[in-house]
Amino acid sequence: MKIPSTLRNYFFIIFVLFLMVGCATTQQQLLDSEQSQLRLRSIQTRAFDTTDKEKTLRTVITTLQDLGFVIDKADATLGMVTATKLDRYALRMTVTVRPRGETQLLVRANAQYETTPVDDPEPYQHFFSALQKAMFLAAHEVD
Amino acid sequence: MPHVSERRRTIFLSLRCLILFVLSLAFVACHPHIPPEALKLDSESLKQRQVQTRIFQTDDEAKVLAACAALLQDTGFNIDESETQLGVIVGSKDRSAVSAGQVVGSIFVSLLIGAPIPWDKNQKMRACVITRPVGEEKKTIAVRVTFQRIVWNTEGKVTKREGLTDPKIYQEFFEKLSKSLFLEAHEAL
Repeated sequence: MKIPSTLRNYFFIIFVLFLMVGCATTQQQLLDSEQSQLRLRSIQTRAFDTTDKEKTLRTVITTLQDLGFVIDKADATLGMVTATKLDRYALRMTVTVRPRGETQLLVRANAQYETTPVDDPEPYQHFFSALQKAMFLAAHEVD
Repeated sequence: MPHVSERRRTIFLSLRCLILFVLSLAFVACHPHIPPEALKLDSESLKQRQVQTRIFQTDDEAKVLAACAALLQDTGFNIDESETQLGVIVGSKDRSAVSAGQVVGSIFVSLLIGAPIPWDKNQKMRACVITRPVGEEKKTIAVRVTFQRIVWNTEGKVTKREGLTDPKIYQEFFEKLSKSLFLEAHEAL
């Protein structure tokens, strides 16, 4: 009885694949539930030793332009910039700047590639390395 | 020989399993992954910056920004967003993306294969102008403009998403900006 066992394998594989494909529920997609909030914050955030919010925002905009983004929105009061890069793919990024204590600013970036959130540390490392060059200031990791 | 044909069927079935598995993997892998160089500076970024930037001898950032807004209007853009405090103006426009060559090509291929081939129909073009004071005494203003576009075909599908990098575009834009600044300075029109 060789064929039925092969058939069983066949169905088993399809079943496993369905489990893999049928990924997230609406709630999971809406609130990115499987992400650890703390981990995400630490890879998306850096602290800079400056209190000049406007200059920092302007430097963020310059860096985004250097990386090929076109700005969608900018708000000096809220300290945020949103930009989109189109290069066969669509990459959207929001960067916020807010004070941390008396002497520092926190810069947080979060990116969305096509329809998925970017949660690898590496792209953010590239972004902050470009930003710190333009800022002439070191980007400190935040715990 | 029933034994051999059974073995053949088994092999055939396993092959089908394998193909299905690979195909399904391709589906699962449609969780797209960001290209590693997407947020990396390279020599091309510096070249683009030079092409897209001009320096103007003035310390009046608001005036330059106003001239840029007027220029975007001159070139048919609608302003979507502006933030004077950060020197940001963003505009967009919708235009036709039909090119005669592509239409003729599509119709020719459609007739050959007997199925309709779509061609590019509409495009949304976006521009963002950023001004920023530069230099030690902030007596000069740097203006950087960047353009991008999205193209849809006759079936409504996106066929192109790209930044526009042709230096000629930027040359013409800045020639027009000089004119716009001149007109603003003389309060003509």
